[in-house]
Amino acid sequence: MSTTSIDLESHGGGHGHEVHDPHFQHHYSTMEQQFDTSKIGMWLFLATEILLFGGLFVGFGLMESRYPREFVEAHTYLQRSLGALNTVVLLVSSWTMVMAVHSARTNQRQKTVMFLAFTIVCAFIFLGVKYFEYSAKFEEGLLPAKYYWHKENSIPACPAGPANQTPTVPGCTHGYATFFAFYFMMTGLHGIHIVVGIGLLTWILLRAKKGEFSHAYYTPVDLVGLYWHIVDMIWIYLFPLYYLIS
Amino acid sequence: MEHVVKSGAPVGERPRPAKNYLNETTGIWSWMTTLDHKRIGIMYLCGVLTAFFIGGMFALLVRLSLMTPKHMIFGKVIMDAEQYNRAFTLHGIVMVFLFIIPAIPGSLTNFVLPLMIGAKDVAFPRLNLASFYLWCLGLVMALSSIAMGPVDTGWTFYTPYSTTTSGAVPMAAMAAFVLGFSSIFTGLNFIATVHKLRAPGMGWFDMPLFVWGMYSTAVIQVLATPVIGITLVLMVLERVFGIGIFDARMGGDPVLFQHFFWFYSHPAVYIMILPGMAIISELMPTFSRKTIFGYRAIAYASVSLALVSFIVWGHHMFVAGQSQVANVVFSALTFLVAIPSGVKMFNWLTTMYKGNVSFETPMLYALSFMITFAIGGLTGIPLATLATDIHLTDTYFVVAHFHYVMMGGTVIAFLGGLHYWWPKMTGRMYSETWGRVSAVLVFVGFNLTFLTQFILGSRGMPRRYYNYLDQFQPLHMYSTFGSWILALGFFIMAAYLLASLRKPADAPDNPWGGTTMEWQTSSPPIAHNFDEQPVLEHEPYDYRPKVTA
Amino acid sequence: MSSHNEPTATHTAAPAGAHHEHDISHDAGLYLRTLIILLILTGITVGAAGIQFGSGAANVVIALTIATIKATLVALFFMHLAHDKPVNAIIAGGGFIFLGLFLLFTFLDVGTRVPLLPSNMPAMAQPTPTPTTLNPLLTPPPQPLAPAQPLVPAPAAAGGEGEHK
Repeated sequence: MSTTSIDLESHGGGHGHEVHDPHFQHHYSTMEQQFDTSKIGMWLFLATEILLFGGLFVGFGLMESRYPREFVEAHTYLQRSLGALNTVVLLVSSWTMVMAVHSARTNQRQKTVMFLAFTIVCAFIFLGVKYFEYSAKFEEGLLPAKYYWHKENSIPACPAGPANQTPTVPGCTHGYATFFAFYFMMTGLHGIHIVVGIGLLTWILLRAKKGEFSHAYYTPVDLVGLYWHIVDMIWIYLFPLYYLIS
Repeated sequence: MEHVVKSGAPVGERPRPAKNYLNETTGIWSWMTTLDHKRIGIMYLCGVLTAFFIGGMFALLVRLSLMTPKHMIFGKVIMDAEQYNRAFTLHGIVMVFLFIIPAIPGSLTNFVLPLMIGAKDVAFPRLNLASFYLWCLGLVMALSSIAMGPVDTGWTFYTPYSTTTSGAVPMAAMAAFVLGFSSIFTGLNFIATVHKLRAPGMGWFDMPLFVWGMYSTAVIQVLATPVIGITLVLMVLERVFGIGIFDARMGGDPVLFQHFFWFYSHPAVYIMILPGMAIISELMPTFSRKTIFGYRAIAYASVSLALVSFIVWGHHMFVAGQSQVANVVFSALTFLVAIPSGVKMFNWLTTMYKGNVSFETPMLYALSFMITFAIGGLTGIPLATLATDIHLTDTYFVVAHFHYVMMGGTVIAFLGGLHYWWPKMTGRMYSETWGRVSAVLVFVGFNLTFLTQFILGSRGMPRRYYNYLDQFQPLHMYSTFGSWILALGFFIMAAYLLASLRKPADAPDNPWGGTTMEWQTSSPPIAHNFDEQPVLEHEPYDYRPKVTA
Repeated sequence: MSSHNEPTATHTAAPAGAHHEHDISHDAGLYLRTLIILLILTGITVGAAGIQFGSGAANVVIALTIATIKATLVALFFMHLAHDKPVNAIIAGGGFIFLGLFLLFTFLDVGTRVPLLPSNMPAMAQPTPTPTTLNPLLTPPPQPLAPAQPLVPAPAAAGGEGEHK
């Protein structure tokens, strides 16, 4: 593996303009090294997100193998069109995000702000659609775990309530309640990541408005972009697993 | 006997710098907002040693209670059964999450790694400070869980007990969650640092083996820790919302919790041991004045240990209800994971062969490690073997095994590293005589405490039991006596280390004759580590005689 | 959205031997094409969900395959992995690989469990009396094995929950 070289001249008090950049951190030798390192750091964080959500995917997969009939039926209780709409919204927001990064990198301040704003709008649309979905679930009793009271199931569902206080019905199943527990956990955790993303995007937008980003320094836009794409990627997997199995 | 090797530079060539990282700025605020990896390392050191003290107190309490089957001393019952359960649970939680996982990465590695690779700091200094504050938050949360109610599930939080018992379990679980993120951020920082901030001339195979070991540790920290995060969240959600993923009454599978838990916790034990091994890889060549034997083998063994550690977790669940197929597969893979550890042990031993070995305190710890880690590692084999594990699992044999590898391995190596880098960190030398006394007491006390537990376990004494059959009492008693000798060793150590701080900071740059880059700067280092960017010009551990021009 | 703007003359004084910078002037078109393909794939996967491909597992496999293609496109082009230094792709790949190992080995257990039925139970030993000595030479050997006894007395008993224990 080749040595990562550290530019010795710029350490001594740089004639390269990068060491005068206000964002330059002095334990690095060049802005490029700083940028590359930040990217590695961000990707490492994204790997932790993959494993965090991945644990939930593994749990979902195992529960699906435990309750195949209930899970397949419970999939039909979800509104596929809304899920597809949200998928399209997030894919478009991913595109506006990468265009924002591209604009920052090519010194187009107005376009950067515009694309970031569009991304935030898409995020809010996503949350709005989710709100409609969740309210529909609440009305029909399709609630997680011990709160599940929906009655029109092929297999009778166990009555709602804590396990040690609720009389059980012979032959009842927990499959539907477990499905919706995972549904709310996974879409909920994903939704929390969207909200955090809105916060990050707003922060970057304000900085972009002040003209902070250019070809020489656009790292924060790039890194927030990477975060946003992972949020999109998680939904790319959530959507078929929850909405498209029947 | 002259056991302090003066720095290679002639006296007077490098004047002692007036300001170093300790006194460059003063005041508590400058420490609380520092971005200097060295200061963060010192703060971590104080923190983890405090945690070790707390966890150690719980351990002494547990051992005191176990001294007799009646759990009495001087006619008074020491604690009742529920208090006993809480004591060993807290001993485990504090020692695992607050001490042993963060100790070496947070304190010694934070301090030494950038110096070793010739860098000015870690890749993300603010993340480093955030990591430390998360650790502090985890400490506060763990201590409040003690105050909030009984946490008596064992540090393993097995369901369905943890999801149904009343008490402060969620707070303890969330403390572990926060500490997990502290660990992730530290690992993330080290990976980026090793990739990008090495000195000119330092390729991957020119790095000190300490860096290889810490890099491997960091990979595990980043990949495994998120899973314990989600596991603890799922456990708390199951308590609150009755999800039914782990509780059979609600249609769940308790063994699933164990899969989730051990997917992290087995790699976690490699987060614990790899830094210890990394330290031994430094101590052996320095105190044998000979280059390390099999550099590449040790480097590859470190990385393969990290990777293979991810696919052996089922060996904690052989009798939990796992399928026979999975049992056999996990058992076979566990035999595989023992091989890289063996490679390293042989390489360290061979490093000493025909070397000019001296027996300063750090080397005494390294030699203790060779013995105690060997015992710990070898006793893992009957636990990996299905037929014998059925009898030994959940007995004191397991307790003895993991204490031999974690304490006899990691803690002993940590103490070796602490004494090795003490002059670099503080600029003072401790009393060598008392250092050796303490090392011997620790070794004797440790072995007396835990060797008897192998016998207890193979004869049937179960773990986590409050009382026991009378025939086990003599061995329990010896074990408790051993814990007192161990504690004495630690108290003496605290005394002479603290006493050394009252001396003036006049340690030489390189008291041990080490060849790695941290010894090329002053003790203690200046705030930005080096006067000029060091360039690596020799192989690692180059102890060949230098031809003077 | 033009790709021509101020020339990127503000290039950093990159050290010799640094990674040659990818020409970004065509990127906007690349991103748009990627989006269009992603939207088409979304349409395909929604359409495919309505078709029954034999066993239910086939539907899952197809849906997840399309999802993986979409994820790969996002990673390669939106997240720039195709043009970045390889270390980033290795990190991303590593995350997925280890997640895969978690899934694989957990299913290895859960998928090969044998239910606890009397017909599956091996012959159980009779309980031995507690030994009065720990000396193995003086401890009597266990009694010979007896044939298996059924765990539940008769099939007419009520079902309810808790097959295990």
